[in-house]
Amino acid sequence: MKALNQAQVCFSSNSVNESFGRAAVAAFLSQLDPTVADLTDMKTAVSEAVTNAIVHGYKDRMGTVYITIKIFENGKAVVRVRDKGCGIPDIEQAMEPLFTTGGEERAGLGFAVMQSFCDSVRVTSAVGRGTSVTLTKHFGRKE
Amino acid sequence: MNVQLSYKEGVLTAKLFGEIDHHSAKEMRETIDDTAQKLKPYCLRLDFTGVPFMDSSGIGLILGRVRMCGFWRGHVVLCGLSQNLNKMVELSGIAGVAAIERRAG
Repeated sequence: MKALNQAQVCFSSNSVNESFGRAAVAAFLSQLDPTVADLTDMKTAVSEAVTNAIVHGYKDRMGTVYITIKIFENGKAVVRVRDKGCGIPDIEQAMEPLFTTGGEERAGLGFAVMQSFCDSVRVTSAVGRGTSVTLTKHFGRKE
Repeated sequence: MNVQLSYKEGVLTAKLFGEIDHHSAKEMRETIDDTAQKLKPYCLRLDFTGVPFMDSSGIGLILGRVRMCGFWRGHVVLCGLSQNLNKMVELSGIAGVAAIERRAG
């Protein structure tokens, strides 16, 4: 299926850019005239994915986080968050709620939040090459 | 400043301001812990009235403070949660370890 509209954003893996990443996605998706609740859900999911890229993907170094946003018919939005970092050795384990390698201050809820706030979450990863998280959500129009 | 602290009769209240993510949570945590570790309050109230958005870093922030207050048998109370934030709090199941104060009505 061909996208009706798309945008790309990339930025350094500075944690201060987490808010920029989710705000950029929200700004682009606002053309779907979404409800505040739907838009916040997507913002939250993007925030989790971008944080994962910064905290885990590029844990030892600076890198670039790439976000692609595509809009399809019927209010379907697909957001892909990609890094060229260390990759995930065991995706199934990484997606388990409460599993974290991030230490005491991380709740281990990132993927659980993405799954609960989006319609679908797809993760592909290669160790040493990077990780790609694809978030899909349908936006109903405001009443 | 993204945290405003006040202390009265064993209760330390931390009013949080702005979006909470992995980046901003770090500074909030440091500000809260600095004071809490000195005062060892029996109750730490985290007030989210000024927080328009939070991701799971907010849950990490809460869990970490529950753990810390446990060292001196203190507890954590959450208040001022908007609908947005409440969705995250419910998903995390954190209500089992921190009390939640609802607004009247």
